[in-house]
Amino acid sequence: MVSVKEKPPLIVDGKRIDGRRPDELRPIRIELGVLKNADGSALVEYGNTKVLAAVYGPREVLPKHIAMTDRAVIRCRYRMLSFSAEERKSPAPSRREIELSKVIREALEPAVMTELYPRTTIDIFIEVLNADGGTRTAGVTAAALALADAGIPMRDLVAGVAVGKVDGVLVLDINEIEDMYGEADMPVAAMPGLNKITLLQLNGVLTPEEFRQALSMALMGIRKIYELQKEALRKKYASTTEE
Amino acid sequence: MASSSHVVYVQNRSIIVPGDIVAYGDVEIATPNYLQRIEDGRVMATVTGLIDIQQVNDRIRLSVIPLKGRYIPKEGDIVIGIVTDIGITAWFLDIRAPFPGVLNATDYLGRPFNPATDNLRKYLDVGDVVIAKVAQFDRTRDPILTVQDKGLGKVVEGSLIEIEPCRVPRVIGKRRSMINMLMELTRCNIVVGNNGRILLKCPNPEIEAVAILAIKKIEAEAHTSGLTERIREFIIEEKIRRGLMNHGVS
Repeated sequence: MVSVKEKPPLIVDGKRIDGRRPDELRPIRIELGVLKNADGSALVEYGNTKVLAAVYGPREVLPKHIAMTDRAVIRCRYRMLSFSAEERKSPAPSRREIELSKVIREALEPAVMTELYPRTTIDIFIEVLNADGGTRTAGVTAAALALADAGIPMRDLVAGVAVGKVDGVLVLDINEIEDMYGEADMPVAAMPGLNKITLLQLNGVLTPEEFRQALSMALMGIRKIYELQKEALRKKYASTTEE
Repeated sequence: MASSSHVVYVQNRSIIVPGDIVAYGDVEIATPNYLQRIEDGRVMATVTGLIDIQQVNDRIRLSVIPLKGRYIPKEGDIVIGIVTDIGITAWFLDIRAPFPGVLNATDYLGRPFNPATDNLRKYLDVGDVVIAKVAQFDRTRDPILTVQDKGLGKVVEGSLIEIEPCRVPRVIGKRRSMINMLMELTRCNIVVGNNGRILLKCPNPEIEAVAILAIKKIEAEAHTSGLTERIREFIIEEKIRRGLMNHGVS
């Protein structure tokens, strides 16, 4: 699938391939309420990674037998659009997408107060419009915003970011090239207000010391994203006040 | 009472978002779904909304007015439903909730109903609009509706509009101030359902357009203060602009 290219130097003079410092996030853009039909929606960009999330609900569960009597059912679908990657991605749900849907759902479930809406469902759709590394963490960030935009009570917002190791250096918010040629990739999602981690994966090899350092880097990045999330939610209503 | 130790970190009527710490310590929480206590006594918001801070007998009472959210039925609510399905002894109504509203035939007809000799479709068909009250709802079963009260029943005329359910309280206003002002200035008969559907019966289409614009303006500016006066001015301005009212003549 991936064309075989020479591995480029990923760290030059302490700067990364896109000119960032190792502990620097890509520029983040957040837009809320972009979809009219959805109860809540958000568009999140981490650099060139662009993810759209839509939330519907709480609504009637169909098929009825999956409803739970004590809480709402959360259904989540993560999908990469055919044109999101450099080479066309087959639109059929892949093994990877099905797994990520589950992982993202489990990252969001602790935040949503599902017990308030028994016998209902909350449907989350995450569509990756453009993939440049870190789509699952951008997906979690976007989905949490869409849930908040839909007015669903949440224990805290969830934000995510990935940490990687490239050329022996730990770097925050890795992009596609760093992921492809790097030694490790560790996506993390957390609820910073409650100090709880909801998603932690690791692909590759880190020493225990590197792991600890990578985790604290990720949590630092998550805190920054969390503030941006809150600011975006506040801005949506502040702008209508001025009208 | 012991001197209560508490801090409130936000201003009254300010916008809060999930994760915001709004207070610390001994405060009363009036809306437990929208405010939660986390460890070491801090109070955190769970939705986007407006915070309302009140002093009640030496204690601070916090409540949140959410700015968005689906309609969840409550017993005693007036709802405007649309018939979506007809069962053997009951109609199923879309009331914009996660559950269908059940309107039993015996309740609607006010007499026993025999499905062997009678057909429900004769009375209410799919698409008919009904003003009803939520009679029973306990989250284990679908809400049961009733039309046995003044002003309830099938709707035969008027226009139906939809707004965000959580902004209905602003359309009604404190002690019905907003809705009374609307009805007085437009001479429309307005029924507001708690599920965000509003039925308008107006003397003419021109004034109906003004009433709808006013309601949409209330919805858009629900989180601002001094709204009733602004809407009053807006309606008068619109009426003058459309030649429905002369300058200086009331």
